[in-house]
Amino acid sequence: MTNAIEFSGVQKSFGNTEVIRGVDLAVEQGEIHAVIGPNGAGKSTLFNLVTGRYHVSRGRIELNGENITNRAPHDIFRKGLSRSFQVTNIFPRMSVFENVRCGVLWNLGYHYSFWHFVNRRRDLRERTESILEQTGLASRRNVPAGLLSYSDQRALEIAVTIAGGASVVLLDEPTSGMSSSETEQAVALIRDISATRTMVIVEHDMGVVFDLADRISVLVYGKVIATGTPEEIRSNAKVQEAYLGTEAA
Amino acid sequence: MTIPGAKQTSVGALVIALLIILPLIVNSGFALTVMSQTGIAIIFALAFNMLLGQGGMLSFGHAVYFGLAGYVTAHVMNGMANEDLPYMPVSLIPLVGGVAGLFFGILIGFVSTRRAGTAFAMISLGFAELATGLTLIIIFFFNGEEGVQTDRWVREEWFGITYGPDIQVYYLIAVWCVIAAIAMYLLTRTPFGRMSNAVRDNPERVQFIGYNTHRVRWLAFSLSSFFAGLAGALHAVNVEHVGFETVGLGQSAVILIMVYIGGTGHFAGPILGAILITLLNAYLSDISPAWYLYLGLIFVGMVMFAPGGLAGLIMMHDPIRRAAPHLLMRMAPAYAAAFGTSLVALVGCIGLVEMAYFLSTTVSRNTALILYGIALDAADFWPWLVCVALAAAGALGCSRTYPRLAESYGTAMHEARRAVAS
Repeated sequence: MTNAIEFSGVQKSFGNTEVIRGVDLAVEQGEIHAVIGPNGAGKSTLFNLVTGRYHVSRGRIELNGENITNRAPHDIFRKGLSRSFQVTNIFPRMSVFENVRCGVLWNLGYHYSFWHFVNRRRDLRERTESILEQTGLASRRNVPAGLLSYSDQRALEIAVTIAGGASVVLLDEPTSGMSSSETEQAVALIRDISATRTMVIVEHDMGVVFDLADRISVLVYGKVIATGTPEEIRSNAKVQEAYLGTEAA
Repeated sequence: MTIPGAKQTSVGALVIALLIILPLIVNSGFALTVMSQTGIAIIFALAFNMLLGQGGMLSFGHAVYFGLAGYVTAHVMNGMANEDLPYMPVSLIPLVGGVAGLFFGILIGFVSTRRAGTAFAMISLGFAELATGLTLIIIFFFNGEEGVQTDRWVREEWFGITYGPDIQVYYLIAVWCVIAAIAMYLLTRTPFGRMSNAVRDNPERVQFIGYNTHRVRWLAFSLSSFFAGLAGALHAVNVEHVGFETVGLGQSAVILIMVYIGGTGHFAGPILGAILITLLNAYLSDISPAWYLYLGLIFVGMVMFAPGGLAGLIMMHDPIRRAAPHLLMRMAPAYAAAFGTSLVALVGCIGLVEMAYFLSTTVSRNTALILYGIALDAADFWPWLVCVALAAAGALGCSRTYPRLAESYGTAMHEARRAVAS
């Protein structure tokens, strides 16, 4: 089976600064793959490269065996890859329901239609409601997104991300800034939505990472220094030295 | 559930009844002309707000599509009259203008909607200048500064309609105005309409839910140009002449001002703005030569103090009306006080402006003028003193009444929220 995502020799420079220095990484179908690493290691940059937000300087990225290097973001989304953002990135003036419905539109084939009425389409409403149900936002459906509490905004961020039915979902620090009970809820949600999807997660909370991930990759200064199961990563000497070691010190 | 909803349907029925009755009540020729102009302005303003309010695109050159469609319409009507072109009823000619607007919108929009924000605004400005330039260069189509004459009386249509009398043109405009307004309202509820709002609010995220932001903007621009073209065609039918000023910056600025004063955030805002500004333009420009100064001041005042426009000011009270309508009545004294002091200040200021304008433009040594129905001599000292006193007293009063009005609004909002919460 082809890998969900495959990076081969990916490099990214901003001017003279090389941020990603030759990443080879394979995300397998159906797994939860966590990317960890110290600040500035290039984790978010990696996300921005695979989703088409940044141009890849060198190398190749494949999604389900198809070359998606330097395709436009909307194009990559249509091929089945969706992402959330580290800083909540939603439509603040729309209601929660409308936010999620926007995420559903393309996948249900409405595209640029100006001959359907959004509030008369049963498939749109049902898909939107099931996403709201799944993400625990059903009771907040009519609230303007900009007025939601922080943790609800993070949940909405995930709801919009999975609304389009992508088979591969990237979450950028889904639990950052959350209290421990909120984090628990978020972890339960992520586990729930991962049942039918391949997930890649960037996360700082090591409890969350070792709890959720099937496999972990450690990124240090733009290079993957190890990939493996949580046990393998925990016992890896190079990782301890380069990353976990510094944190303990 | 019905479309467009029971409330909208009853409002719509009321508006249509009003449009039918209106010319029977106020049936002077001038009033009819003004009403026809208003109908055209409403269509154009709603089309403009598809860009500005719905799509977040500020255009300084949307009259290009209005004017070009007007030229095309004039030529098509002339061609039909000369039997160079196959006949079509003048009742349907606005569609020709719409298609012309759509054509130019698709063509120019492809380039200009590649960028949003300031770049988009600058490109629109460039195309407006270009269009004005072309009217003086491509003589066979635009006929230079003279413009294109046309005659809307092509042949008798259904029920003996000829579009000779102005009243028939009024009804033509009214019918198309209702059709266009409903169509543009319904567009806001389609996937395109929702994504147009999404691109306005957060273009970055839109890309990551599968949409090409350029495509969304381009489509909004093209559809908006269709309706602008429809308005342009009605303009050509209405005045039977299309001049170079219809594509120019002045025309584009007027529509921008109308929409902004009316309010971009609410669908009905541009309608309010179009009605208000067309009426003021028709009646004030006769009374005062300083009318453009007043228009500018109204615009600046709105931008500074009520960026939501008239619709925004009205909708501010909507939460209170819904929660506890009696609270609105309690605000009435504060409103009356603010209105009274504003009126005193306005009377003073307008008096000063009118006298200054009169003195600076009068060619003869005659300094006698009639202000507020009173015969005065602008060279005298006392009219100036009275006006300055009124303006100062009004301003002083406003500085007391406006904070009180704001406080009264705050209290009402607070109580309305409590009423909702309990």
